[in-house]
Amino acid sequence: MPDGASALQLVFGGDPGLYRIVALSLYVSLSAVLLAALVALPFGAFLALVKFPGRTAIIVVINAFMGLPPVVVGLAVYLLLSRSGPLGFLGILFTPRAMIVAQALLVMPIIAALTRQTIEDLWAEYREELTALRVSPARRAGTLLWDARFALVTTMLAGFGRAAAEVGTVMIVGGNIDGFTRTMTTAIALETSKGDLPLAMGLGIVLVTIVIGVNALAWSARRVGELRAG
Amino acid sequence: MMRAPITDLPLAFESVSLRIGSVDIVDKLNLEILAGPPTILLGPNGSGKSTLLRLAMNLIGPTSGRVTWGRREQPDERLAMVFQRPVMLRRSAAANVAYALNRNDPMRVSELLKQVGLAHLADRPARRLSGGEQQRLALARALARDPEILFLDEPTASLDPAATKAVEDIVSKVAASGVKIVMATHELGQARRLAGEIVLLARGRLIERAEAQAFFNAPQTPEAAAFLRGDLVI
Repeated sequence: MPDGASALQLVFGGDPGLYRIVALSLYVSLSAVLLAALVALPFGAFLALVKFPGRTAIIVVINAFMGLPPVVVGLAVYLLLSRSGPLGFLGILFTPRAMIVAQALLVMPIIAALTRQTIEDLWAEYREELTALRVSPARRAGTLLWDARFALVTTMLAGFGRAAAEVGTVMIVGGNIDGFTRTMTTAIALETSKGDLPLAMGLGIVLVTIVIGVNALAWSARRVGELRAG
Repeated sequence: MMRAPITDLPLAFESVSLRIGSVDIVDKLNLEILAGPPTILLGPNGSGKSTLLRLAMNLIGPTSGRVTWGRREQPDERLAMVFQRPVMLRRSAAANVAYALNRNDPMRVSELLKQVGLAHLADRPARRLSGGEQQRLALARALARDPEILFLDEPTASLDPAATKAVEDIVSKVAASGVKIVMATHELGQARRLAGEIVLLARGRLIERAEAQAFFNAPQTPEAAAFLRGDLVI
C-alpha cells in the first residue's frame, strides 16, 4: 500500500514529468470544453428558440448523448482519424489535437442539452418583453445567452468535469504516449496497472484538487458577476 | 414631396374574439381607439384587459375578427408596452435602456433615464432596483422606442402609493407630449386621475365606453354603475 506521504512528496516534489502531465491534461480538457462550447452554446440556443420538424427527436438524441460511452466516442474518432479513415489526411491521430477533438465531441451534447434547457426556461420569462421590443431572432439568442451567462458557467463546468475525468477516449485516440499524450487519467490507469500506486495516488490527488480548484474559480467568478450584474 | 408619416391610429378591433380552450377571453369585441387623451381599460380581473393589450400590441392574434392599425393589417414599429411585471435584463439600468434603443446613443439613454427620474441609478444593476424603479425603467425602455402608442398593463398593480404616483406622473407627462396612452387598470382612483376616456370590460365584452367625466358622473349601464359602487362585477 502506498503511504500518503510518498504521494504528497510526488505532488510537491517538483517532478517535471508530473507537471507536464498536469499541464497537458488541463490544456486538453479546457481546449475541448472551449471548442465544444463554440458549437454547443449557439446550437443549444437555436434548439431552444426555433421550432422545426424533427426538433423533438434531436433534443431526445442530444439528451441521450449526455451519457455517451467515452470508449465509443474514442473508437469513432479513431476510425475517422486513422490513416485509412475519411479524416486520416489530417494526421492528428495520437496527438493532443485528436484528444481535444474526441473530448469536445464527448462534452458537446452535455453543453448543448443543458444550454437548450436553460435558454428555453429563460425564453419563457423573456418572451413577451423581447417580442414587445421587436427584437430580432438572432439578437434574442444573443441576449438570452448573455443573460443566462451565470447559469451557463455551471453548464461549462459540467462539461469540464466530464472532460477532466474521462480516460477511455483519450486512451484510444491519444495512445497514452509518455511525454506527449499522457494525461492524468491515462497515467493513473497505467501506473495502477504497473503497481506504482504512489504515483497513481499522487496524480489522483492532483486531479481532484484541480477539478475542485477550477470549480471554485468558476463559482467565484459567477458570484462576483452576479453581484455586479444583479 | 414628403411622405405622410405612417400612423397606427385609429387602432380598431372589429368583432374580435379570442378563445382559449372553451373560454372566450375576448368575445366579439368592437372598439376603435383614436388619438387623444389616455384611454383606460377598466374592469375586474379576468375581464380581458391584458389580453386586449396583447392583441393591440400584436403579441397574439385573435381567433376571429381582426385588429387593424391605421386601417392596416400590420402595425408600424412605433408601439411599445410596459407589463405588470416587466422583465429586467441582467445588466445596468442604462444598458437596459440602450438595449431598447438599439443604437449607440449615450445622450439619449441619459435623457430617457432623466425623464423617468433614474439618472442617478444609471449604473445600478436593473434587477437590484425596487419595484417602482423597475417599473419606471420599463417605461424608459418603452419610450426608447419613440412610441406613437404606449400600452400599459396595470403598471402600478404591485406598487406603494409613492411609487404609483411617480409612475402616474411620468405617464401624464408622456400623454401630454402627444403619445397615445392605452392603459389597463382595475383601480378606479387611478382611472379617475389619468383617464381621458374609459372603456369598461367584463367577461371579455365591451360593457361601456364613455368620456371619463361622463362615465364617473352618469354611467349608462347597470354593470358600470355596479363597478363604480364597488360591487363585485364578475
